[in-house]
Parts: sequence; structure tokens; C-alpha cells
Amino acid sequence: MSWDWNVVEDFMPRFWDGVLVTLQALVIGTLIAFVLGLVWALAQRSSQAWVRWPVTAVTEFIRNTPLLVQLFFLFYVVPNFGPSMSPLTTGIVGLGLHYSTYTAEVYRAGIGGVPVGQWEAATALSLSKGRTWRAVILPQAIRRVVPPLGNYVVAMLKDSPMIATIGAFDMLGEAQAFSNETFTTEALTVVGVAFIVVAYPASLLIRALERRLVR
Amino acid sequence: MSADSTPSKETSNPAVDGSELIRFDNVTKRFGSNVVLDKLDFSVASGKHVTLIGPSGSGKTTILRLLMTLVKPDEGTIKVSGEYLSHEERNGKLVPAGEKHIREVRKNIGMVFQQFNLFPNMKVLRNITEAPVTVLGLSKDEADERARGLLEMVGLTEHIDKYPSQLSGGQQQRVAIARALAMRPQVLLLDEVTSALDPELVAGVLDVLRDIARTTDITMLCVTHEMNFARDISDQVLMFDSGRVIESGSPEKIFNDPEKDRTREFLSAVL
Repeated sequence: MSWDWNVVEDFMPRFWDGVLVTLQALVIGTLIAFVLGLVWALAQRSSQAWVRWPVTAVTEFIRNTPLLVQLFFLFYVVPNFGPSMSPLTTGIVGLGLHYSTYTAEVYRAGIGGVPVGQWEAATALSLSKGRTWRAVILPQAIRRVVPPLGNYVVAMLKDSPMIATIGAFDMLGEAQAFSNETFTTEALTVVGVAFIVVAYPASLLIRALERRLVR
Repeated sequence: MSADSTPSKETSNPAVDGSELIRFDNVTKRFGSNVVLDKLDFSVASGKHVTLIGPSGSGKTTILRLLMTLVKPDEGTIKVSGEYLSHEERNGKLVPAGEKHIREVRKNIGMVFQQFNLFPNMKVLRNITEAPVTVLGLSKDEADERARGLLEMVGLTEHIDKYPSQLSGGQQQRVAIARALAMRPQVLLLDEVTSALDPELVAGVLDVLRDIARTTDITMLCVTHEMNFARDISDQVLMFDSGRVIESGSPEKIFNDPEKDRTREFLSAVL
């Protein structure tokens, strides 16, 4: 076993292509997961059973089936009757959708953790529904949800290589392809290091945020 | 105000002293099979300070929560300054009130809670100005000025830029009082406002309330276990038991010479 820096150098162009895919999947996937999760959580609090029930069914279904199956379904099955998307778009949507069902639970717990007295005080002051959510409930819920949400971002980063299975080559996908073509292993090590270079500072950032927000 | 006249918000002036401000007609409230209020009738005249006393579970707090529309009556009607609170008239028929109607009538009512319920994500100033700005439509400057005046009254001017968590319980409760008053309600509901406080902090809060009772014409409805305070500020004391008013009268009468054995029994237990 020897380490060859020339192999690393050869891999670099494709590494950066992969990094770009990974970061796109992570950033846009996170946005989808955060926004959609809030939509699920709010819908599950609806007073209308016809809103609550289907949302609960769909989110439970997604949360309890493997991400890999969902990616295959989105990529191979959905185009038969719905929109056909590029591998990267499909991967991003799949990651975002899958993780939105987890963030929904985080939001649900965060909102449920705001004391009932806060709702009562808002009522007593005649604050409108929208104002109560925006000014009173969500700002307090956010504090409770940031640390667990951050953990899901890191988890999503670690799940992002799965999108290579439908042809969206993230950094691991690129590394594996490169290694197979060149019969080398350096690229895989580079990517392993790259993951920790991104994930560990992200974890530290979450801890810092947590300390700032918990008052 | 008779039920068949249509009171208009602009012209009615219910704050005239002595007129009936709050009226409960035949109000029943149940939680499951537990009847908390049993066909309750009572009224409060404008500007009066009324204290509700009685054993816990007798329905006192439920009355305040009904007035604050935190719970809805199962039967009967509640009127505040001539307008139905829980119902509204449509085509001459009484129907459960919509959200908009409730919000309009509720603006006349303020409440101070046992647990303060200040908004922990807002500084003291914004706790007080949030509702005047977003609900009453005051400008930021007008609301700030109103808040400063109220903070001076409750003796907390120097804490205007702090978060609730930086204040003691007594200070938080005084902010909560200022917050309720900033809406200029006709009625102030006080729900055991000193029960969650350390004993040495109670006096400061009660002093503020005595001040308000003396210097404003606000109507107060007060649930308390502080019998001396009740004696001080009340015009009228209502003794509750099992969801009914069993005795009412001036504080002198109720505390010194109650008619009902149940009242005497209760008072000897708490005094």
C-alpha cells in the first residue's frame, strides 16, 4: 500500500465536481426539509381533520420507508405518470422530502413545548392568529428546534452519497467511479477526509448556536 | 342596554359609572361530567372592584377564563358592556360568536395571570407595546410613550430594556400588569396574581394593584387568596361554592358577619 499524490492531483477536478453536487444537495435539500417540515407540522395542528389526516399518513409513510427506495421511486417510477427530473434534482427533492418528515417532528415538539400560557396571553391581548404565530410561538419554538434541526443537517450530509445511486455523482460517487477506473484508493480517502472537514465544523456551529439560543 | 337595541361600538358609552358592565345569564360550564359553573347569574357594575372567593374548584377562575374567552360556556350567555361575548346576533337569532366578533369585544378586557405569561422572547418594552401596536394600531412612538408611563407607575422604568428572565417574579408580574393596562381595557381580570410569588415579593405587586384601584375607574374582577387585599380594594365580595354564588356583599359584611355557614367555615380556614 502506498500513497500517491499524483493520483490525488488527477482526482481533484472530479472531486470539485462532486463537492459541488454534495453542497447543492445539502443546501437546497436542507431548505426544502426546513420549509416543508414546518408546513407538515402546521398542517398537523390544523383543526380540519381532512388536512390533518392525510398529512400524518404521508409523513409517517415517508419517515418509515428507506430513503433509497424513495430515490428509486422518484427517479424510475414517478416519470411514468408525473414529471421527469434530472438525477441531481431528483436527489435533492428526495433528500429534502425525506428529511422534511423528520424536521416536522422536531417542529411539532418545539411548538408543543411552548407553554399553553403563552397562547393564553396572546389571546388575552387579542393578538391575531398570524401575529401570535410569528411574534410569540415560532420565535420561542425556534430556540428549541435549532439543535435537533442542525443534527439532521449533518445526518443529511452523511446520507447525501445515496443520490449517486440514481446518477447524481456527489463527491463519494465521483471518488468511487474514479477509483474503479484507475484501480486506486486515494480518492476514497480524500472524500472521507472531506466529509469530516465539512461535518465536524457544522457540528461545532450547531453547538455554538445552541448556547446562544438557549436563554 | 336592552337586547333589542343594536349597540354600536362608536356611540355606546358603557364606561358610565354604575351601569352594568358584565352580565352572566344562566351560564353553565362543564369539564367532562364535572359541572364547574351551574346556571350562574351575576353582574358587575362599571368601575367596581369585585373579588371572587371560595374553595378551589368552586369555579372562580373559570369565570375569568370565560370572560377572557379562553373557554366557552356550555349554556347561557355572557355580555360585556352590552354586547354578547360568546355569541352574536344574526338576523335576530343568537348564534355562537365568530372569531372576529370575539376579538372585537375582547379588546375591552385585560387579564393578569398567575404565572405572568410574559413573552420571554421580547424585552419588557415590547411585551407592553406589541398588542397596542399590532391590535390597536398605535404608532411605535405612541405605544412606547404609553409603555413608559405604565412602567413608571409599576416602578420598573430602569428595567425597560431587559428580558423577562432577567427580572424577579414580582417584577415580571408588574410588567404583566402594565402589559394588560396598555390595551386600556374597561375590565381587568386578576387570576391569583400573587400565588406564584415568593412571599416577600407579594406586597410590591399588591401595592401596584391598590394604586390602580384607587386612581383609575377600571373595573376589576379578582380571584385571590389574599384576604386582606380583597378587603382593601373590593367594593363587593362574591363567595362561590360548587359553581354558584352562595353569598355576596360588601367586604365588611362578608368578612365580619357572613350569613352562610359555608362562608364562615371557608373564611376561618383561610384567615
